Amino acid sequence: MLTYVIRRTLLNVPLLILISMVIFIILSNAPGGPLAPYLQNPHITQADIERLKHNLGLDQPLPIQYLHWLGKVLTGDLGYSTSNSESVMHAILDRLPATLELMGSAFIFSLAIGVTFGILSALRPYSWLDYVVTTFAFFGQSMPVFWFALMLQLAFAVYGIPLPDGYKIQLPSASMCSTDACGLGDRIEHLILPTVVLSLLFIATWSRFMRSSMLEVVSTDYMRTARAKGLARATVVLKHGLKNALIPLVTVVALGLPSLVAGAVVTETIFAWPGMGRLFINALTQFDFALLMGYLMLVSFLVVLFNLIADIAYAWLDPRVKYS
Amino acid sequence: MTTTLPTAQILSDELEKEYELRRHVTWRRFRRHKLALAGAVVFGIMLLVAILANFIAPWDPNYIDQAHWTGYPLAPGVAGHILGTDENGRDLLSRLIFGARISLTVAIFAVTMEIVLGTILGAIAGFYGKVVDFTIMRITDVVLSIPLLPLLLVLTAIVAQTSNKAALNFASIVLIIGFVSWPPVARIVRAVFLSLREREYAEAARAIGNRDARIIFRHLLPNAMAPIIVQATLEVANVIILESTLSFLGFGIQPPTASWGNMLANAQANMAIAPWAAVFPGLCILVTVLAINYLGDGLRDALDPNMR
Repeated sequence: MLTYVIRRTLLNVPLLILISMVIFIILSNAPGGPLAPYLQNPHITQADIERLKHNLGLDQPLPIQYLHWLGKVLTGDLGYSTSNSESVMHAILDRLPATLELMGSAFIFSLAIGVTFGILSALRPYSWLDYVVTTFAFFGQSMPVFWFALMLQLAFAVYGIPLPDGYKIQLPSASMCSTDACGLGDRIEHLILPTVVLSLLFIATWSRFMRSSMLEVVSTDYMRTARAKGLARATVVLKHGLKNALIPLVTVVALGLPSLVAGAVVTETIFAWPGMGRLFINALTQFDFALLMGYLMLVSFLVVLFNLIADIAYAWLDPRVKYS
Repeated sequence: MTTTLPTAQILSDELEKEYELRRHVTWRRFRRHKLALAGAVVFGIMLLVAILANFIAPWDPNYIDQAHWTGYPLAPGVAGHILGTDENGRDLLSRLIFGARISLTVAIFAVTMEIVLGTILGAIAGFYGKVVDFTIMRITDVVLSIPLLPLLLVLTAIVAQTSNKAALNFASIVLIIGFVSWPPVARIVRAVFLSLREREYAEAARAIGNRDARIIFRHLLPNAMAPIIVQATLEVANVIILESTLSFLGFGIQPPTASWGNMLANAQANMAIAPWAAVFPGLCILVTVLAINYLGDGLRDALDPNMR
């Protein structure tokens, strides 16, 4: 097992290097490259640009520039942002908690709801409940995230639809305190809408997957054996069935990470959530080379990491997988 | 000669009958799927609307109705604007109709490009295996590891940076989306080809001296069509959402050209006074994508029941 983990991990190193090369080459192709924001500035002359180019090593061939970048990244230096003059590492670490908060809560919420929906609909296939869940899943998969966010804003902010007990849903942009004094309650209140928006797609895909995975397990021999031993239906389904049905979900959940990142970009933009996604969109409008590079590398790294975790978890959960 | 010809004739007749039967079964399975049928009809109507946009749109999509527009969006039904106008006094329904044309053509062209690229690369990888396969699959891994939306946004931003935002037109959006979204197709086609190349007819085709290209495209590809068709259908739905997201964020189709996504870009700010401008474009996206997803689901059941 340990050798399996080590080999799997090492296999991802060349992949990460390839990814960084591809991103570096793509970004360097923009006119001006890292100096793009300065090209529009009337106070910066051509001579200044040349001097900056020389000082920053941008007059060197691309492979040299890349190695230079790589060397700095390995020491934890992602360069300086040209749009807000702070170190990229600092800018990203500053916004990371907000994004993780949003992605994390959406992840847990979708997993809980998605798995529950999937099980419920697999227990009684072709019942009305199954139809409701399946239809919901199709809608969820077809819904453009940004429009769903707009519609929720329309319902709760513009028309102010009250919830039971006269409780009103809070928009994240409205009066969220940024200090620690306000506590968790305020934070959660503002987190509800973005979480629901970000979760929809995942509830939809994961409940559909869970349903088919569960249906497959329910029809296996060992399930019939368990029933024949006289175990209660609920015990069989929840103890024997669920365990096995959840294994393939691990991969699907890990593969959902790129969509989660993309969804977070859109959700953060619409709800003015102070996270990395919004930082990325700002960097994009000003073409902030170092920040874009740092962001893309970070999210790609997360994707690779999650795939690795899924691989290892799968091998660990399912003894039938050979460590080869 | 005289004896072999009839046998061949009989054989091909038998085959023809067999194909006919299979086509019949496929069609019957698809027809049973009522929602897929409904999806096909809705998608067909959307396509017709897109094609006939010039004839059915009541207004010019970029015409500003200055006679009635007072700086506020006109409500549905006012002054002959069935769905009202947007914040610039342009007829919403007409913009939706022309938006259908842009959104659907971007999706169809981009998907065609990604299917062609993905099929060729996947087929080559699966057919030749070894180093070729390894190389192509590592490229696929790299592209799939970079989250798609941020990657697309960076590429469109570079195009905007190179010339200006107006360069983000139909062609560049199609090329960008098509260029980065082929890897899932390549993976699917590769997997099918890995098993197809071991079949007897592949070996037979090789034994009688066919060139590789002919074996790949004439003998193996037709047998890999089912998953490709299903994937293509579902990708049209995905690309419609991708394009509308890009346009919504300002990095897709640029105004004044209407696309369902960029019509929503200003809707958020005006939502309190013009909720209709926020509701209808998204509804168009939802209905179309839903229709295509049901259609794709039905096609999957009909063409290849074992696939999931």
